[in-house]
Amino acid sequence: MITKAKEKTQIKVITGNAAAATAAKLACPDVVAAYPITPQTEIIEQISKFHANGEMDCELITVEGENSAMNAVTAASLAGGRVFTATSSWGLVFMYDAVLAAAGSRAPIVMVNVNRETPGIIAVSSGQQDMISTRDAGWIFLIAEDCQEVLDLVLQAYRLAEDYDIQVPVMVHYDGFYLSYLSEGVDVPFQEDVDTFLSVLKDQPQRTKLTPGEGLGCGSHGILGGYLELRHKHVSAMERSKEKFDQIDKEYEQIFGRAYGGQIEEYRMDDADVVLVGSGSMCGTIKTVIDEKREAGIKVGLLKMRMFRPFPGEVMVESLKGKKAIGVVDRSLNFGHKGGPFYTELKSFETKFEGSPMVSFIDGVANTDITTANVATMIDTICDLAAGKEVPEVTWVSYPEANDPDSAKVGGQ
Amino acid sequence: MSEVRFHGRGGQGVVTTSKILANAFARVGQFGASFPMFGFERRGAPVTAFGRFSDKPVREKTQIYNPDILVVLDPSQKASDLVFQGLLPESMLLLNDTDSTTRIKHENLKKFALINANKIALEEIGLAIPNTVIVGAFARMSGLLDIEPCCDALEDYFSGKKLSANIVCAKRGFEEVELFDL
Repeated sequence: MITKAKEKTQIKVITGNAAAATAAKLACPDVVAAYPITPQTEIIEQISKFHANGEMDCELITVEGENSAMNAVTAASLAGGRVFTATSSWGLVFMYDAVLAAAGSRAPIVMVNVNRETPGIIAVSSGQQDMISTRDAGWIFLIAEDCQEVLDLVLQAYRLAEDYDIQVPVMVHYDGFYLSYLSEGVDVPFQEDVDTFLSVLKDQPQRTKLTPGEGLGCGSHGILGGYLELRHKHVSAMERSKEKFDQIDKEYEQIFGRAYGGQIEEYRMDDADVVLVGSGSMCGTIKTVIDEKREAGIKVGLLKMRMFRPFPGEVMVESLKGKKAIGVVDRSLNFGHKGGPFYTELKSFETKFEGSPMVSFIDGVANTDITTANVATMIDTICDLAAGKEVPEVTWVSYPEANDPDSAKVGGQ
Repeated sequence: MSEVRFHGRGGQGVVTTSKILANAFARVGQFGASFPMFGFERRGAPVTAFGRFSDKPVREKTQIYNPDILVVLDPSQKASDLVFQGLLPESMLLLNDTDSTTRIKHENLKKFALINANKIALEEIGLAIPNTVIVGAFARMSGLLDIEPCCDALEDYFSGKKLSANIVCAKRGFEEVELFDL
């Protein structure tokens, strides 16, 4: 991240959740739908507080469940309002039908999803499995590394979702527990600067709105040609959102002095021989270990994915081309494939890497901690891969039992 | 960088202790990052929190396995092996205990600090929530912070009478903590 010195700043020590709520407040939404769920509840508490003390002038709908929350913000969004909601895990899947309908309706919703394991094995623990369970919903997915980036991404998400050329809902993801409850210094922008940043949207053509009393088809029962046309337009808008996001990141820097790089952030990549690909809070830890490994003469870099939907394949290929080995770290599982979801998707670009071999690391699932020692192990493994040594395609870093080739042959549960 | 591990129970303000300290470090131009680790929020359940305090930005987002400072808010955990797990040599321990005769020794401890934070909290705020007393005691024991930024940081968490009472708590923690070199 590039940070430029500014004349005035206001550093507040706040959690990732408070950063998300603060960003929502600064974006001045018309309608917020709120329902609590661990580890997101603090966002809703903060927004309720802002609303109660008059700092937030929005319609706050305290719904009876997440499904209603998504339906409420979809309707408000289609009526032309700026909207916000937040959820996690069970809440996200409980609103799944509405999440799909919101995307199909091209409602420019901004929602925060605090990543947590999904229902399945009952767990109150961190992991990106909830994100993966909704990846094909047709939303744009952005992922934050620290509390500052949570705030910055929520503001950038409004510019992306509501852009006339995009009009696709955006989900901002960050790791539950490791980031949702992390207190650290955040440079909180001033309202007038946020207003300036978002004012670009006012100068664009206005999107189609539902108006009471006026006849307008929305989310029409399209079949054949009509359906195909809408789907193709949706896919095309997602493709356009990649460059748009890069451009928004640059404009953000002009006003707030912080730039991350758009779709991806590169850390010590220029002269890197081997690379870890990661996302979210693990990237802070990876950067720390990279600095240590660099001291020892190992040329390792990080490619941080800030955007996961659409998949930023083109910029990743540019960044990874010619590297000697690549390790992709996934904080979720890809049922039906041995490697993680990010790994499997990146694998489809492998022929364009000019030979860089790739391996998959599964770690951070079910709240396991992606420790500095784990990251060092991953870097050692990709160094071995670069040196031509035999390395397993998939490594469960915190569960060595899984790495025994015989483990997959045992039946039973 | 100091790596601090906090041990307590839900309701004692363990998380708030770690937040206030991160806040205080930010107020003197340093950096703090703290977070707790628990599943659901439950009063009485054991809570662990982690704090990293440094003059450089803190980027790690992992739990702390090798602390150099321990803060134990719940005296029932003072003899727990879990508390001392991974403790680095030359470390410090701050304990909240009603028993003024308690002395903790461990091969890796160079300093032990004792405070009856519950008693002070009861006297000043009427509740046995020891967190702000612990903040003041931490500043004194560690020598990493003055008491002023700790008191200033309290403004982000309390207001009115509660703020002034908690400032007294922090100051009393700073002044009344007993320090023992081991």
